[in-house]
Amino acid sequence: MFRRHTEARRPALTILIDGVATEAREGDSVAAAMLAAGHVIVRKTPVSGAPRAPFCLMGVCFDCLVTVDGVGNRQGCMLVVREGMRIDTQQGKREYGA
Amino acid sequence: MTSAAPVHAGREFELAVVGGGLVGMAIAWGLARLGRSVVVLDEGDLAFRASRGNFALVWVQSKGAGLSDYALWTMQSSRLWPQLAEAIEDETGIDVCFRKPGGLHLVLSDRELENRANALKRLHNQPGMQHFPYEILDHAEVAKLLPQIGADVAGASFCPEDGHVNALRLLHALHVGFQRLGGTYRANHAVTRIEPGRDEFRLHTAKGEITAARVVLAAGLGTARLAPMLALHAPVRPQRGQIMVTEKVAPFLPYVVHTVRQTDEGGVMISDSVEEAGCDASVGSEILAVMADRAVRMFPLLGRLNVVRCWAALRVMPQDGFPIYDQSERYPGAFVATCHSGVTLAANHALVLPPLIDTGALSGENLDAFRARRFNVSPAH
Amino acid sequence: MNPSGDLRARYDVAVVGAGPAGLAAAGLCARAGLTTVLLDEQAAPGGQIYRAVAASPLPMNSVLDRDYWQGAALVREALASELHHVPGANVWGLLREGEIAVSLAGGSRLMQATRIILATGAMERPFPIPGWTLPGVMTAGGAQILLKSSGLIPQGRTVLAGCGPLLWLLAWQYLNAGVRLDAVLDTTPRANWEGALRHVVSFAFSPYLMKGLRLMLAARRKVRVVADVVGLEAQGGKHVEEVVYRTSRGDQQRLPVDLLILHQGVVPNINLAAAAGVTHRWSDAQLCFLPVLDVFGSSNVPGLSIAGDGAGIAGAEAAQMRGRLAAIAAIRAIKPQLSFAAEEKAARATLRRFERGRAFLDLLFRPPPQFRLPRGETLVCRCEEVSANQVLDAVALDCPGPNQMKAFLRCGMGPCQGRLCGLTVTELMAQARGVSPEEIGYYRLRPPVKPITLAELAGLPTTEAAVKAVARE
Repeated sequence: MFRRHTEARRPALTILIDGVATEAREGDSVAAAMLAAGHVIVRKTPVSGAPRAPFCLMGVCFDCLVTVDGVGNRQGCMLVVREGMRIDTQQGKREYGA
Repeated sequence: MTSAAPVHAGREFELAVVGGGLVGMAIAWGLARLGRSVVVLDEGDLAFRASRGNFALVWVQSKGAGLSDYALWTMQSSRLWPQLAEAIEDETGIDVCFRKPGGLHLVLSDRELENRANALKRLHNQPGMQHFPYEILDHAEVAKLLPQIGADVAGASFCPEDGHVNALRLLHALHVGFQRLGGTYRANHAVTRIEPGRDEFRLHTAKGEITAARVVLAAGLGTARLAPMLALHAPVRPQRGQIMVTEKVAPFLPYVVHTVRQTDEGGVMISDSVEEAGCDASVGSEILAVMADRAVRMFPLLGRLNVVRCWAALRVMPQDGFPIYDQSERYPGAFVATCHSGVTLAANHALVLPPLIDTGALSGENLDAFRARRFNVSPAH
Repeated sequence: MNPSGDLRARYDVAVVGAGPAGLAAAGLCARAGLTTVLLDEQAAPGGQIYRAVAASPLPMNSVLDRDYWQGAALVREALASELHHVPGANVWGLLREGEIAVSLAGGSRLMQATRIILATGAMERPFPIPGWTLPGVMTAGGAQILLKSSGLIPQGRTVLAGCGPLLWLLAWQYLNAGVRLDAVLDTTPRANWEGALRHVVSFAFSPYLMKGLRLMLAARRKVRVVADVVGLEAQGGKHVEEVVYRTSRGDQQRLPVDLLILHQGVVPNINLAAAAGVTHRWSDAQLCFLPVLDVFGSSNVPGLSIAGDGAGIAGAEAAQMRGRLAAIAAIRAIKPQLSFAAEEKAARATLRRFERGRAFLDLLFRPPPQFRLPRGETLVCRCEEVSANQVLDAVALDCPGPNQMKAFLRCGMGPCQGRLCGLTVTELMAQARGVSPEEIGYYRLRPPVKPITLAELAGLPTTEAAVKAVARE
């Protein structure tokens, strides 16, 4: 769905998305990095299990909720990627203790 | 909106219920089920709605200290609740998720545990007291029921008769059910004055007048002002309670804890504060901090969850804490029903009170204990 | 500029939001010698319009327009002053007078400021069409953020739909970047032109004319534009596959699509201000709730002002001027010996210039009712998945307003706190009950306006009275 503009030059780094090593760029938000890597669906809703993707990218819609380094329901658009960050898509309700 | 029911000898409605909260709607629905023509007069969107600020407990343990009849009344409602839930689902299709897994009043120190045990013992020793089953548990016994419990939990009192319900869905369902039975609900119709007449009552509202053969005051905090107009006395005051709710979590809490409960939708609700707050329904961070701290001490992993909403509501507290059910001696068609525990008592309000109001005599069923004469004040004329 | 680690307990002025209004306000306060903190939830200053301007991966002057890069100057100027810039700060509540609850690095604390200036800006107006929750559907603002912050552009079949200057700006930026756009589905009603043309003279003398026309004409030359679109639907299984649209001529068309970008204007993000007790009123001109403010942006809450698009949509340059005016009021309140009279005069003159032509834009790009008033199974509340039908059923129960309706349906109870459903609900209820949106009102908003953890709340200060109120054993 998205690709990098050829003039967008930033150092690459590696993050894990659902356990798979994936390239991201410095300065990417988690949501941007996921979209760039083709991970459009980032979660299934806790109400109906419907698939959702990042929608507003500015912290307002809460559709980009993902688990980051083991902590659930983080807004992917509000976090900047770091080397080795573990990102997991979410399936429905958050687990107690997760 | 439904049209008004057929006119009865010049009156528009057989019954007018003032107040569209859990108490008013339960009574109104119950009366509508008996075939009466009922109008509910309610305030607007931003009224003091205790029905939007309860903790949704159907709670038996702790009730009745100072009045055994209240324990009996509470137990009766708790036992009738499954019938209420079933009737609502049959008639509206809405499942209010009434569950009675048993409730725990958790304590965070040995002193609290001792106080709790003594309080329950004193409660049970009251003359005429209806005993309910309960156990005092220590930390290890609580941990058997709830393995996630924190080390600070010293113990709990457990009662298998305690439960909870989706109280907002209950309110919604009562509105739906009432409308389906032909009941008339009018929002933005705050009652300013009630004029008792020879065989009817004229209710003056913000949007015009309504007449009814009988009237039931179930207006929560507004009841105190309206009661004297009908030679009734209903001393109630506001008590602020603050609540927090978390994001939706996969089910982890099978029991109801009196300050921490998980709703059927997954959110965890946390309370329980009591402040004599006048009419200020705003949220203060100190109380939220204490509530959060206690909840996290009870369930340490709760700390990781996000609170998505906090709110405060002004709850109804009758002068002595017990419900006020009364019938005006001067105007026998006028009734009052107000209480603190509108969720627990919803079954009685929907199934027990309406037939009594219908026959015109609010007596028996140990209801005498709830009349206003216990306040030793003669009603205004 | 101080590092964010040592956030003080007290400042003369706290500014919330580091967009153009916040940067201008904080910069001026700091230069006047007031201790000033600029709290911003984003990682870098610039707000949305100047998103990543100080650190965009895109080289200057390539894809983005000149106005964007001017934001860099504003950021530099502000940060060169003595203000304390705190990124990653989530201001979740304004509690008692002057008390700010902020979450920073996983911990919440309370701080004090004599004057608070909210510059939390705007957000996209909800655009509830059938299928708007499907993956592959996003806002123009969101797409622009991906472009500015990460240099990401669409590949595959891409359609833009809606109305408003930002839609055309994005189209121009994409075309400039070599993106293939399949279509722009323009929902601007033809009838809007009639009302707007009455104001065309003032628009012609406004700074928007040349820039706006230039962009729109350039974009229209290079992409297929479908005018007068009256119906829109996103269809697909787990991802959007087609956009179905209808024009006023009545014919229905289907376009296969991988990315559908929606936009129908921006509205103030009122949650923090409303939760702080600021009075808001419905504006029919801008079809949203606006705070009631005086000419310096001061609200009914003592010491609290609002500047920028959060006070009413007027664009980045107007935002800066409002920021300056709010700052001047704050400066005068704390250091009465300073007058800044010349600065005030200049700011007002510039503000007038940039407000000229707003009426034209508001009228021309007034989103049509069918895209503000969904029907049927179209979701109104994305968080709790509540449909338009359900909202209308609640109205049929004579539900008096959005708060009772929220209790019945959970609509507005999700983490977004009504930001994506509130306006829709108010307008739906107003239309169904035959009254004005002002009469219907809005959700009652309270802190926290963004979710925070229980652990953070537990870490806040308590009092003995509070403990007694809770632990009543």
